[in-house]
Amino acid sequence: MNRAQIVGAIRSALDAESSQAARRAIVADRLAHPLAHPRPARTRRIAAELVQQFKDYQRTLGVDLIEVGTAAEVPAAISGYLLGLALPLRLRRGADPLLAGLPWESASLVVDIGAAQDGDTVGLSRAVAGAAETGTLVLASGADNPVTLGFLPDTHIVVLRADTIVGSYEEACAMVLAETGGAMPRTLNLITGASRTGDIGGKIVMGAHGPRRLAVVLLGSG
Amino acid sequence: VKRAAAFEAGVAAALANPSLQAALADVPAGFVAARARAKAALPEFEALRRTGRDIRDHTLAHLDVYLETFERNAEHAGSRVHWAASGTDACDIILGICREAGARVVTKSKSMVSEEVGLRARLEAAVLDVVETDLGEYIIQIRGETPSHIIAPAIHLRAGDVADEFRRRHSHLGAERDLSAPEALVGEARAVLREKFLSAEVGITGANFLVAETGSAIIVTNEGNADLTMSLPKVHIVLASIDKVVPTLNDAWPLLRLLARSATGQEFTAYTTLVTGPRRAGDIDGPEACHVVIVDNGRSELLRSKLRPVLRCIRCGACMNHCPVYCAIGGHAYDSVYPGPIGAVLTPALAGLPEAGHLAQASTFCGRCEEVCPVEIPLVSLMRHWREMAIEEPGSWRSRTLLRAWAWLAQHPRAYRPVASMAAGTLALLGRARGRLSALPFGKRWTRHRDFPAPQGRTFQALYARRKREAAP
Repeated sequence: MNRAQIVGAIRSALDAESSQAARRAIVADRLAHPLAHPRPARTRRIAAELVQQFKDYQRTLGVDLIEVGTAAEVPAAISGYLLGLALPLRLRRGADPLLAGLPWESASLVVDIGAAQDGDTVGLSRAVAGAAETGTLVLASGADNPVTLGFLPDTHIVVLRADTIVGSYEEACAMVLAETGGAMPRTLNLITGASRTGDIGGKIVMGAHGPRRLAVVLLGSG
Repeated sequence: VKRAAAFEAGVAAALANPSLQAALADVPAGFVAARARAKAALPEFEALRRTGRDIRDHTLAHLDVYLETFERNAEHAGSRVHWAASGTDACDIILGICREAGARVVTKSKSMVSEEVGLRARLEAAVLDVVETDLGEYIIQIRGETPSHIIAPAIHLRAGDVADEFRRRHSHLGAERDLSAPEALVGEARAVLREKFLSAEVGITGANFLVAETGSAIIVTNEGNADLTMSLPKVHIVLASIDKVVPTLNDAWPLLRLLARSATGQEFTAYTTLVTGPRRAGDIDGPEACHVVIVDNGRSELLRSKLRPVLRCIRCGACMNHCPVYCAIGGHAYDSVYPGPIGAVLTPALAGLPEAGHLAQASTFCGRCEEVCPVEIPLVSLMRHWREMAIEEPGSWRSRTLLRAWAWLAQHPRAYRPVASMAAGTLALLGRARGRLSALPFGKRWTRHRDFPAPQGRTFQALYARRKREAAP
């Protein structure tokens, strides 16, 4: 009832009853061939510059940057990071193959697997890509990548391969779709710095609801 | 007329409120300066505004087809799409979903359309424990207030006001606790709200955009509260108005590039989430059901009118941050869900001219709102449209008669000259002593705050004619 009423009201307001076929054709064309809008120049740089730009953004955003050369170094780098902050040496991660394949036994870390639980201190996720235009991490939820890991724990650590840093959101999103075979993940999360609020007297305070602290483990940037 | 009088009283109260004035004094150094920095850092910003405008105009011109496309793709992804012609319908639908889910606790992230349709009050009347999770929105919820800004709902308050309210409201916590720092207030709200997040059966969010191509909703927050709202409960409800749809993902990115820069002056908001349906097979978190409620509530009528460009709005709030009137009186004086220039255009359309037509008078027509609008809404001409409509109302017969008389006079020089000459002569005589007049007949309200400079005694035309005569050989 409501549906026909609303669609009818829009159509009548646009005076579009007689031109429906043509309008549908225009929409079908736009959906079949999405417009490539101009992208900022800062998204079109060579790979090394994009990586540098991404790293610069992490510093501006107050994100802790942990650079490692190889995947094998990741667990030790994380435990060193947590130790430095005097945090418990324990984290929870999903079953993501990249994360599962790391030599966890090499570091003195308790690793839980699954969706985030109340009381978890550290969540570990894998980013599919990084968009250098604003230093944005792009994560996709799925069976192996529970979304709650990035929002419930006080500390969120994200592993990102340096060779997946691209210029624009468009390119980063295309990498997600390439990984899923074209289907949108349930949630596509673009993360640019940790949780913050300016709602009390206009002063920016970190850790409003999501993580108070965000760290990026940048893999292979050397 | 009653509403207009209430507005004037509200303005007077706002101007006389020192605590509000202190809070508003920070807006230029905050949002305005931050936007200017973000714009300067992106050379493509002005071109991006035109792209944004074109995307919105194209979508509005094909809105029915894009909404149908969105519905098809959202349902394909497992969401249920509901259509609500009015705000009441939207509330009914959402209440129905909450009841079906057996909800007692409902978390909610900030959504202007939910304010517009009165959703929280409706759910609370049905004895649901509804909790606003955006920090600013939570603060005004417990204070029993409405948002005074579309992206910073508690912008009218200072940290001390929040501390006082938290002491009253969170009385289970120690009275001796130190709440002097904003960090302490944020920490306390975080702890209180975390319990609600974990116990809610239903989470309600708005949507910054709906993507027709994929059936996704895009939701942007700095706090991450929308993500907890949509990920933890077993049911997620998205409430969005019909104008939120964009054709494709490609069309969403330019608008997202504009949104944060125009709103808070950030280059990008901390959390931008594209959510497409409920939990998938194999997922170990996320809601079991996802509903999208698409509400019209008067917008389809706007498509027909000159006001169509107002539906381009992406709700960034830049127009109010840059408005000298908003920055002087704050949002509450407008007594409208949408304050500032966008409210002065949108609210008369949604609530009716008698209810809100006076808001279009609350502008100096300086045009800064138009200059900063990320989708180039011609806010000044649209406010002028309402002023033109208002003058045609039966109640405006006095203004109308005066304007007609003036128009007749201005078009008849033979009548204009003697009348102008008599007026200039009389006023010159009256203001002779001081060179200015402290009261004008028919203009007492104008001269209450300033003097009127006294004319020299002769009109321009008379002086011009004399000079010409004298210059002649």
